[in-house]
Amino acid sequence: MANDAAEPMIRVADLVTHYDERRILNHVSLEIMPGETMVILGGSGTGKSTLLRHMTRLEIPTSGHVYIKGQDVCHMPEEQFNQIRRKIGMLFQSAALFNSMTVQENVALPLRELTQLEEPTIRIMTRIKLDLVGLSGVERFMPAQLSGGMKKRAGLARALAMDPEILLFDEPSAGLDPITAAGIDSLILKLKMAFRMTIVVVTHELASAFVIADRITVMHEGEIIVVGTPEEVRNSRHPRVQQFLNRVPEGNERDVKAYLRSLTESGF
Amino acid sequence: MTGVLAFIGRNTRSLFRYASGLYELSAKTAFWAFVAPFKGRGLKWGSALHQMVLVGYNAVPIVSLIAFFIGMVLAFQGAYQLEKFGASYFVAALVGVSMTRELGPLITAIVIAGRSGSAFAAELGTMKVSEEIDALEVMGLNSVKYLVVPKYLAMLIMMPCLTLLADLAGILGGASFGLYQLEQTFSMYVLATRDALVMRDISTGLVKSVVFGLTITTVGCYQGFAVEGGAEGVGKATTSSVVMSIFLVIVADVLFTALFYYTG
Repeated sequence: MANDAAEPMIRVADLVTHYDERRILNHVSLEIMPGETMVILGGSGTGKSTLLRHMTRLEIPTSGHVYIKGQDVCHMPEEQFNQIRRKIGMLFQSAALFNSMTVQENVALPLRELTQLEEPTIRIMTRIKLDLVGLSGVERFMPAQLSGGMKKRAGLARALAMDPEILLFDEPSAGLDPITAAGIDSLILKLKMAFRMTIVVVTHELASAFVIADRITVMHEGEIIVVGTPEEVRNSRHPRVQQFLNRVPEGNERDVKAYLRSLTESGF
Repeated sequence: MTGVLAFIGRNTRSLFRYASGLYELSAKTAFWAFVAPFKGRGLKWGSALHQMVLVGYNAVPIVSLIAFFIGMVLAFQGAYQLEKFGASYFVAALVGVSMTRELGPLITAIVIAGRSGSAFAAELGTMKVSEEIDALEVMGLNSVKYLVVPKYLAMLIMMPCLTLLADLAGILGGASFGLYQLEQTFSMYVLATRDALVMRDISTGLVKSVVFGLTITTVGCYQGFAVEGGAEGVGKATTSSVVMSIFLVIVADVLFTALFYYTG
């Protein structure tokens, strides 16, 4: 670890999760340091989004713990966790803007509901957050009127509303064209420089991962196979990592005979 | 044989899971509606008012029209039998009592289950699919408080109002038959209805309507929260919310009617 003296911002310890009988995460342990940008990389269905959802208690693990600033968040009362939640912002894959509210109301919602601020102050703060993500002048638009990239930016402005210390991104570039996706990446870099936030990004976009990451975690089938700096990951000898980095499709080396046998022997 | 047992077991288990899910949601809703506000945790009156317009005010035309026709049909069917005994005078009593005790609340509940219960399931289901419910939770905003309680309060207040309206419309429907077929005057019909009705007829109907309204809200919201997997899931939840809430409304109707019968 980079700095053994400091307490990790987020510590995941031996986490196991099931959806019904299917195991999604298999004894996952991970430490994320304050101010660090950690990218969790992996293919679809490797459990990376589930891991992210555990960090804000959207899922309850079968066993194991998630510590945020040293506090076990999986087993604390709702009330107490709500206090910690205020310090965590999350951008969802679909941006998750409330469709019945304008962009301005979306960003203002946490401020209105969780703080005692006056309405004019809230309006100013909302505008600052929207400026920060490069979205001025769309306050009165409904989410349905925005493009995919603008939705992501508005969702990010809402995640930033409470000035979080931790920012979680679920597939920030999913469904965006390369230019817009690069725009989101540079926005993440800007936030990292400006606020020294702890940032966790789940993605399968290699290009974006190597641009924004301080460290990268590679996941495969519910397990972490490599954690390291971008350089270390690039030079990793692990076959799965190399397969992922070189974009080799699954199942090229399938045994033809076994395949034919499996076809003829199915119970018809 | 084991297949049959497994089938029964699986279904029983999912039935219990459904029932406990409904119970859990209604307990949480009741907490956020009646306990939390007195602990200074607030209530979303604005959204509750908005919901009242949606479930109550906007349903006025369709509920009264359907109840009017039902009242009329009831008068036709009643007269068909009563005429044989020369007792056409009692059509007004028949319509009045059956509308207020039974059909007013029931018809209202069925219309509202189709109109609002399904809308609740579709709205919450869509929010679930588009991660909006997760987004609320991540902000530390309780989804029951923000999304269910306003609907719950709106139903609690609007169902009795709509039911009273349905009672009235049904009686008017019966009266329209009385005027043309039985050659009664309007005031005669109204007097005959008034003689037949007691306060208890109306109040038991209103008690039922509150129970029906809360059942519809809980089922609709529960189905919405339970949505998995995209647009198809939302469609399924919407359908089953209507089927399930009509079924549970009728079960509750049986229980309450029996209760009122034996305590009456």
